[in-house]
Amino acid sequence: MKKYVLSIAVLTVLLFVSCSDDSNPDEPGYEPIPYTLELPPIFDRINPPSIPSDNPLTEEGVALGKKLFFDPILSGDNTLACAGCHKPANAFTDDATLSIGIDGEEGIRNSMPLFNLAWNTNDFFWDGAANTLEKQVLEPVANPVEMHEDWENAVAELSAHPQYPEMFSKAFGTSSIDRDQVAKAIAQFMRTMVSGNSRFDKYLLGELELTESELNGFDIFMDEDRGDCFHCHGNPFNPLWTDNQYHNNGLDETFDDRGRGLVTGDPMDFGKFRSPSLRNLAYTAPYMHDGRFETLDEVIDHYSEGLVYSETIDPLMKAVAEGGVQLTTEQKEDLKAFLLSLSDPSFINNPDFQN
Amino acid sequence: MKKVFLLLLFVAVLASCKSDDDSTSSALVQFQFSQNWDGTAVTASDIDNTVYTNENGEELKIARLRYLLSRFQLSSADGSNTLLNTYQLIDLSDASTMQSDSQVTVPEGTYTVSMIYGFNDEDNVDGAYADLNAASWNWPTMLGGGYHFLQFDGMYNVNSSEPKPFNFHNGTARVSEGVFESNFVEVDLGTITIDGDTTINIQMNIAEWFKNPNTWNLNELDTPLMPNYEAQIMMHENAQSVFSISQN
Repeated sequence: MKKYVLSIAVLTVLLFVSCSDDSNPDEPGYEPIPYTLELPPIFDRINPPSIPSDNPLTEEGVALGKKLFFDPILSGDNTLACAGCHKPANAFTDDATLSIGIDGEEGIRNSMPLFNLAWNTNDFFWDGAANTLEKQVLEPVANPVEMHEDWENAVAELSAHPQYPEMFSKAFGTSSIDRDQVAKAIAQFMRTMVSGNSRFDKYLLGELELTESELNGFDIFMDEDRGDCFHCHGNPFNPLWTDNQYHNNGLDETFDDRGRGLVTGDPMDFGKFRSPSLRNLAYTAPYMHDGRFETLDEVIDHYSEGLVYSETIDPLMKAVAEGGVQLTTEQKEDLKAFLLSLSDPSFINNPDFQN
Repeated sequence: MKKVFLLLLFVAVLASCKSDDDSTSSALVQFQFSQNWDGTAVTASDIDNTVYTNENGEELKIARLRYLLSRFQLSSADGSNTLLNTYQLIDLSDASTMQSDSQVTVPEGTYTVSMIYGFNDEDNVDGAYADLNAASWNWPTMLGGGYHFLQFDGMYNVNSSEPKPFNFHNGTARVSEGVFESNFVEVDLGTITIDGDTTINIQMNIAEWFKNPNTWNLNELDTPLMPNYEAQIMMHENAQSVFSISQN
């Protein structure tokens, strides 16, 4: 009997010790808790998300990334967070044409919305300047017209903070903080930002009927003879609604911003920019890489009659000689109705992505 | 009695496997893909750069070239077929797509090589392949659905004051609303002798799309071609001579 009681006592102690090992980042063998990314059913249609093996999603990493995303501590004067130009209510883009940095200066491009980035296997940003999401995170912090912070200073501030050292320790199991961990944590948080619950998603899943106008608009979108939008923006079997490739979509005859050409140096890439996703257009105005169009009507007008020729124009801008695909007023309204059906209010209201 | 029969059958199967292994050497066969313009290699660096002249005399540049091949088959003279039941989306801009990940092992010997350009009806199922969906490779349901077989975009009359786009896209042909016609091609790639591990290079002569049997006039048929039944069938006819093989 005594032996039995002793065994139980030893076992209990062992259990406690093992618990303590797992949860304390200072103990050897500590591992953060894996984060389970729950995907809307519509994402069954494409390959699983691409999560880098050196930055797996963890509960602690995502929580840290979220806190950092909303914290102005990463800017030079502690006034501007990532969320300042990537606003939740705007599907994490800026409602300003060009975002204003901490010194009051404008950038040259409209900030990109942030969702479904875990599926992007191409490079990131309008011109693909960053080949990983982690590298993309590093850029705006140091950019003089954005957050204008010195990374060493940012790391020092985080290290002196009452909460961050413990959060970094729990996320990465290390006692010191560095910029790569900051980038990894924010990238983890951004990979959890999944949007796949729009009216059109529900229609595809048989959960609701679309209006006649929305259905007509979808037909225009998929018809090579009319909208022909699907070659760059995808189709019902690709819930990303972008090809993540670079195209010159006939905005300008000459280029103030060389776009993809800034990265590759190839003159045949001048004026090419990544196709943005068509999800959440109800929240992401203004549109285009430079935010030149205030409304979706202006965007549709551009493809209908506003195209201009330049040497690098994408041949998919098939009707450039006529200025565009010449939609009627009714067709434009229908196309707009369809496009808006790709907006996902549950995404911009998701408490997981709010401060 | 039944048990004895099963045992005998088992032994017989084992024996037959063994005798096969002993009598013939096997060879590993892989597939790779390349593109040329009447024999001159075309690679990613030619995109948007090199000017080609087609059979009809139009000068053009290639902006994008992607195509789908499937069901690579080796048929031996004794009638046995080895099927590599896979598909490959080849993208001129992406060198990683020029080699199939799949391979087959066959007894050494002489084989006729064939494949499907595109997908046959059994395989060409709307939305069935996650990787092709992710590449937005789908063919609109209103045109019969399934997947593109070819996406060849570029500009023609490039040395004129008014270069124009062409979108030479091929897939299922729409006869009329709701009536569709299969448009894949079973391509006979000729005969090869396999006497050791080998790589079969499946070549696309891009110029042939505009040549044989239909001389293509881009000024008349540039875009849109997907809903154009006659254009879709002409592409189907020209596809027969586009592909050939060599061995490495």
